[in-house]
Parts: sequence; structure tokens; C-alpha cells
Amino acid sequence: MKHSVKMTINGQTQSHEVEPRLLLVHYIRETVGLTGTHVGCDTSQCGACTILINGQAVKSCTVFAVQADGAKITTIEGLAKNGDLHPIQQGFWEKHGLQCGFCTPGMILAAYQMLERYPKPSEEQIRHQLDGNLCRCTGYHNIVKAIQWASEHMAGAK
Amino acid sequence: MATATDTRLLGKSIKRREDPRFITGRGSYTDDLKLPGMTYAAFVRSPHAHAKIGKIDLTQAKAHPGVVAIFTGKDLTGVNSLPCGWLLPELKVPPHPPLAVDTARYVGDPVAVVIAETQDAALDAAEKVKVDWNVRPAVTATAKAAEKGASQIHEVAPANVAFKWQIGDAAAVDAAFKTAAVTVKKHIVNQRLVANAMEPRACVARFDAATGDLTLWVTSQNPHVHRLLMTAFVLGIPEHKVRVIAPDVGGGFGSKIFLYNEETVCSWATRQIKRPIRWTSTRREAFQTDAHGRDHVTDAELALSRDGKILGLRVKTIANLGAYLSTFAPAVPTYLYGTLLNGVYEMGAIHCDVTGVFTNTTPVDAYRGAGRPEAAYLVERMIEVAAVALKMDVAEIRKKNFIPKFEHGYQTKVALTYDSGNYAAAFDKLLGMLDYRKIREEQAAARKQGKLIGVGFSTYIEACSIAPSKVVGSLGAQAGLYESGIVRVHPTGKITVFTGSHSHGQGHETTFSQLVADELGVPMEDVEIVHGDTGAIAFGMGTYGSRSASVGGTAIHMSIHKIKEKGKKIAAHLLEASPGDMEYVNGQFQVKGFPGKAVPFGQVALTAYVPHNYPEGLEPGLEETSFYDPSNFCFPFGAHACVVEVDRDTGHVKLLRYVAVDDVGNVINPMIVDGMVHGGIAQGVGQALWEGAVYEDDGQLVTGTMMDYALPKADMLPMYETERTVTPTPVNPLGIKGAGETGTIAATPAVVNAVVDALRPLGVDHIETMPLTPERVWKTIKAAKAGR
Repeated sequence: MKHSVKMTINGQTQSHEVEPRLLLVHYIRETVGLTGTHVGCDTSQCGACTILINGQAVKSCTVFAVQADGAKITTIEGLAKNGDLHPIQQGFWEKHGLQCGFCTPGMILAAYQMLERYPKPSEEQIRHQLDGNLCRCTGYHNIVKAIQWASEHMAGAK
Repeated sequence: MATATDTRLLGKSIKRREDPRFITGRGSYTDDLKLPGMTYAAFVRSPHAHAKIGKIDLTQAKAHPGVVAIFTGKDLTGVNSLPCGWLLPELKVPPHPPLAVDTARYVGDPVAVVIAETQDAALDAAEKVKVDWNVRPAVTATAKAAEKGASQIHEVAPANVAFKWQIGDAAAVDAAFKTAAVTVKKHIVNQRLVANAMEPRACVARFDAATGDLTLWVTSQNPHVHRLLMTAFVLGIPEHKVRVIAPDVGGGFGSKIFLYNEETVCSWATRQIKRPIRWTSTRREAFQTDAHGRDHVTDAELALSRDGKILGLRVKTIANLGAYLSTFAPAVPTYLYGTLLNGVYEMGAIHCDVTGVFTNTTPVDAYRGAGRPEAAYLVERMIEVAAVALKMDVAEIRKKNFIPKFEHGYQTKVALTYDSGNYAAAFDKLLGMLDYRKIREEQAAARKQGKLIGVGFSTYIEACSIAPSKVVGSLGAQAGLYESGIVRVHPTGKITVFTGSHSHGQGHETTFSQLVADELGVPMEDVEIVHGDTGAIAFGMGTYGSRSASVGGTAIHMSIHKIKEKGKKIAAHLLEASPGDMEYVNGQFQVKGFPGKAVPFGQVALTAYVPHNYPEGLEPGLEETSFYDPSNFCFPFGAHACVVEVDRDTGHVKLLRYVAVDDVGNVINPMIVDGMVHGGIAQGVGQALWEGAVYEDDGQLVTGTMMDYALPKADMLPMYETERTVTPTPVNPLGIKGAGETGTIAATPAVVNAVVDALRPLGVDHIETMPLTPERVWKTIKAAKAGR
């Protein structure tokens, strides 16, 4: 039996009939067609599918689409405003915080919530807060620097 | 004041041009692709490591709503074995059907494919496929595969031995051991790893029945190789009717070089059902079926003089190849391993003996470094073991044995001729960065307080820029290892470059456009790089073995040279000068020494396509193709150091510092090279401390998910302190050696040496098996205390 879901993704209302077992990440990728959110594992380790649900960084592979009914969701495609990169996106570009780019959307959205919680995180805090996101290319060095860059520039903007 | 050299782009850390699409979620990976009429594939895999396949009952599965087709191995008529691309003498090459027919030989071996209207329907129906399994005994352990009584895996390979291979001079080594003042011997296990690129493998296969064209999008590091192997060897369909596209690929680390079962089956099946098919690996499938890496069991002996000179190295290795021969598997534990055992040291004699064995495990092939990390690990462990035996400082013993600086060739004892090297310089720079004397003082003070602090080194040599075709051909490669580069100058002077290299994180769109813009003196924005599409690119061998800049870049460089030569003729004609008097400076063709007498690049381009006033006999157009086949490998080198603290009570290893000096020759984009070094270090540290594929004796992969296989996380690693020395290679005109694998090769021994050094006060001089998990270190500490 299918269920109706309605949610806002990147400011646009989406409503579909979905199977109850449909994961939110597959809903976003396959039904809505936003493929910036990635699937890197089956066990909620990698964090490539991280999105924001009502402002919280959530692994969208751990949520059923029906559970997100009524939610306000931001995916990587919705982070830049009017063509202006978010400082975290800019930081990843400036500091070479990505190589293959596959983990990057999840990393950026995990960093988004991190910087809301800790606007001036220490290196240790950044590393600890990235516990749920795996990157196989960068060795994390430049991801840490990217988030530090973003932190500095977000503070400047406020 | 700005000078002409300031405008050079080579050597500058220019931000990557591919990043905007990745940071905004607009990358286009294979699994992102959706085509009209798409179907979805799910594979039925063996749950057993070794089993005869009995009756396969498809009744229930076929009745499942949405199922389009189901194929088993028996249905794949006219489909050949997946080929092995590197044939050693007397190599046993067993059949490797894309879907197992009679016998499944590892957990995950595919036996059937279910194709359905939706992914869920395919997965559901796959669960309804019933296979009568007749389970047979399995053998998984590397050291036990060839033992008497071990289960036979392939008829063609008695005792599960795929090959026996050796290199070096056994008699000279025997003689060295007779005269040596000191000999040391250790058992060294280089454990099995899983590459774990973040993007799982995937493919989309689409057959167009009207044209007979097959298009395959696939997560490949080398789309042309995929196409060649699939068309010429497996499916028997014409190469020119197949287009293979490797779009954005989310990391490879070797695991996406090889031709796998799944894309082969999907390419065959789309021709049967005449609809597009998508398959995307789950991570669990990735653990079971992506080619694994390493898995050596070795006995190594080193003979030294009293003053620490290396007289002889004797190595006996058993290399686990898994259940079948993956595409390049035989090359990895032989020509990419035994030939690197000379390291950066003068060695009296070397002999290496390798036995490759089949087991009921996932096939093993190249994983970042591929053979070279195994060699470096062995050499660097043994030299530290020797230092302890000789009561020498680990830095001193290395200095004692370095090959002195050379610029044009050093003949090793194991076939290779190194290109250029200055090994002591890199090491000295490392000691300076580390402040070695001070760190030993701090270590001594900490030890007095009961703290277990360790300092570990590694040096390494790498053979990359793979590879001279003639040489590898004589060694068993079934392919040439050149690269192609097409430079197409458009009438407006804009440039498209087609490279056979493939970027899956390496940033080629940036570095190659940097190279072209630098050499032609045009803005980088005017240069577009196209890669990863057999429909666009002449041919290509792809990216692995740190070859893209050195081999692929040189091919582009050669085409640029040809463009300049042709441009000189066109410009000379326009200026009524002699082509021999022309030079290309700052984006214009000019009469030598007369910048005022010049034709800009754009005007030459336009003239080439609008040849009204044009040299007699010269073809219109401005496009050049080059294939570069290197004359030798290139040999990056370096020295790394690691400082650790070991918790005496828990065995936990904390990385305090990681310092690296790499020499990769000339560098196009330092930021990108540093990034690759960082990532390589993380993977090397991962092998040393956390990663390892573990099989039960019955062949079940225990570490089959990211919950069970410990990948390095951000909070497990420090910031890396990286520097470079620059020793250009004479092999290619760019002087570039290669940078993709250095970190992985160097980091593992540096970390293990540091941990062993930390435990030295307890009498520990070796730990046989990695990873050095807290449990293993704790047990080592406990055993050392008990033994005292």
C-alpha cells in the first residue's frame, strides 16, 4: 500500500505516493531527481547521504520517506543562494577539501550543522563532529581546513 | 616587477575547476543516470565460499511482479571468460565466467541476474531465486592454500598454485648470507585490504536495437580498456559499435581498473531485452566483489656487515590471488613487487621467490600502490629490525645504505633502472622537519616517565608512470601502456583536449588545462579537458600507477609541440618569413627576437580553418594527436616519519605527528599533489592500524560492511606535515614522476615502525601482522611482559 508524502525540499513542495519502505535518500534521488545526495554504504557509516531535515543534519538513508512527511529539507542543491556559494562550499573549494567529490555533499551538510552548534570549532571538535562522515580521498586534512575557512568567513559575515 | 615567468601556470596551486559542480551537488556519477525505459539489475550471489551449483529454480522469482528477465550462467551462450591481462610464464588461467555456471568459488560469486522494472522488484525477486548448493570445503588462508589436503579450487591449478615466480640472484644471496656478520629473519604478513572508494561500482548499459550501438556508462578508471576487454575477449561484439563512458567517478584506488562480472553481464543482457539496465553495487556487494588488495605472507631475511651495510635480502612470499585471476592480478605480487625490493638502498644481492595461490576469497588485484607498498613495507621493516640487532640508530643505518645521488640511471639488483634520485637529501630534509635529535631526547624523557613513545621512519621507491610498452610486453602484459592526447584548436583559438587518462578525483580538468594554458600562453578558461568517453577520445589506457601527468600529460605536451610547429608554418607564411626563423612566445608566433613581427595564436587558428592565405601543401585545420610511450618507468621516492604514543594499558595507538617528504619530480599543481599525498597517507595509516579483510575458515567475509571494516575517520588522524624535494625525471620532457600512490606506500611502514619503536623498552622488535589494533598491540605488550 502506498502512502502520500508531502515535504519541502530546497524551498519547493514535493508530494508523491510512496511505498512505506522507501528510504528518504532514494525518494530524494529517484523520485524527486536530486542526485547530489549520494549513497555510499548500506549501514549508515559513510554519511554521503547527509541532508538537513528541519535544520538538523541527518543521514537520509536512516529515514523512511514517510517519516519525513511535512518536513523542511535542504539538500546540497539547495545550499547556494542565488548562485552564491555558501561559505562552507566556498571553503571546500578554496582549501581543496574534495577530490572525487562523492562524500562532499554529505561532508558539507554535516559541517553546516557543526558550525551552527560550534561557530568557532577547534580542530579536535571538527574531527570529532565528522565522526559520521567518511572520505577516502583527502585524508581529512583539507576538509578540516575547509571547515576552518568557512568558520572564519561565516563569523566575518555576521 | 612582474616578469614573463610570473605568468607561468605550472607549479601554481590553482583552485580546481571541477569543484563547482561537486560542491553544489551537480556531479554526474553513473548511478545518477536515468534513461527512458530503464530497468534495474540485481545479482544472485553465492552465500558459500565454495559450492557446486545444482538446480536453479526461477519459478517464484519469475512470477514476481515487475520482473523483466532472469539469466543464469547457462543462458550466457557465446559469452567468454573474463580475461586476465597479464600472463606470466606457465600461469594457470582458470575459466572466469561472468556468471558462475557449475561452481561458485567465493562468497559473492554471481550466479544469476534478475532484471526488473524497479530496483526493489529486482532485489525482491533475486531473493526468490532458489539455488541448490552443494557446499564444498573452502580454503581462505594464504599460507594454507597450497598445503596438502586443501580444497581444490580450479582443475587447471593443482595445489591451488597459479604461478611460481622469482627474480634476483639466489646464489649471490646465499654467498652474502655466508659472509654476513649479522643476519635477521622475520615473518611478515601484509594483510588483505578493501579499497572502499566512496562511490560503489555501478553501470548503465543501453543497447539501441535500431543502430546496433551499445553504450555502457561504468565506474571505470580506464573506459577504453573496459571496451577492449569486453568486445575483443568476452562478448565478441564489434569494438566500434560500443561506447564506454566513465563519467564522474567517485574514487577508484585501483578497484575500478578491472573488468568485472556485472558490467559484462548487463552489457550482454541489454542486447537481449533491448532496454537500458542499471546496476549499482551495495556496499556489502562492494566488500564481497570489488577486487581486494595486498594479502601477502612472507618470510624475509636480511644479511648485513658489522657496520650495517646490506649484503643480501632473501624473500619468500605467498600471494593470495583470490578465487579467480582479476584483470591484472598476476603483475601485482611479481613485477610490481619483487622488482621494488631494492628500495633506495645499495644492496649486495637480492632474491625473491613468489608463489601465487588461489583461495575461496574475493579476487585480489591492484589496490593503491599495488605491490610497491608490500615491497616498501618489507624493506623498511627489515632495516629497522636489522638496526635493533646491530644496535644502530634507525636513521644512521638508512644513511649508511642510501644509493648516492644520481641523475641518469641506477641499475638495481632486480631488473629496474631507476631514473634519477637523491634519497639522502629527502631523508635529511625529513630529519630537519622532525627535529630528530630533539624528538629522541623527548622520547627518552617520556620513557623515564613510563610513557611508550615511538618514532618510525620509512623511505620508499616507487615505479610509476606506467609503463614502457615493450618492457611490460616482455613481462607478460597483454596491453601497451602508452597514453594518447589530442589537442584540438578551434577556429576561434579555443582549445579542447582529449586525454586517454581518466580522472576520478585527481583533478585532471585543472592540471591538464594548466599544462596546456601554460605551454600555449592562453587563458586556462580557453582550454577544455575531455576524458572518460571512448566516443570522444581516440584511445587511452586510463589512470592507475600514477601515470596520468607523466604519461598522459606528456602525450598532450607532444601534441602541443606539433601544434606549435604547424602554427609556425602558418604564421611564417602570413609574415613572409621562414618557418625556421619563427618562435612561439607569450601566446604569439613571432620572428625570433622580434616580438613586433608576430601573429597571435588566435589568428593562426582562424587561418588554419579559413586557409585563403595559406602555405602551399599544408593541410588545413589545427588538431594534433600524439601517443606517448615512455622509455622507462619513473621512480618517485621519499621519506616519511611518524611519532606515536602507545597506551600501555589498552594498546591504543595515538598518532602524535606525521611528517612526509616526497619527491615526485616536477609538479604542475602543488595543492593537488599535496592532497593526493594526504589521502595516500590516510590509506597507509589505515592499513597499519585499522584496516583488514578477515575471512572465517569457511570463507565468510567477516569484515563485510563499513561497520566491521575500520576505515580511517577524521578523528583518527592528525594534520600531516608535508614537504617536497624536486628531482626531475629525465624520462619525460615534463620532468614529472608521479604522485598518486606515494603516501600509501610510505605510511604503512612508518607507522608500524613507530609502534614497534614505542614498544622497544618491552623487548619488542617486530609484530608479524597488521593492523595494529589496540587488541593486537595489547596482546603484544602482554606477551612481551610475560616473556621477560
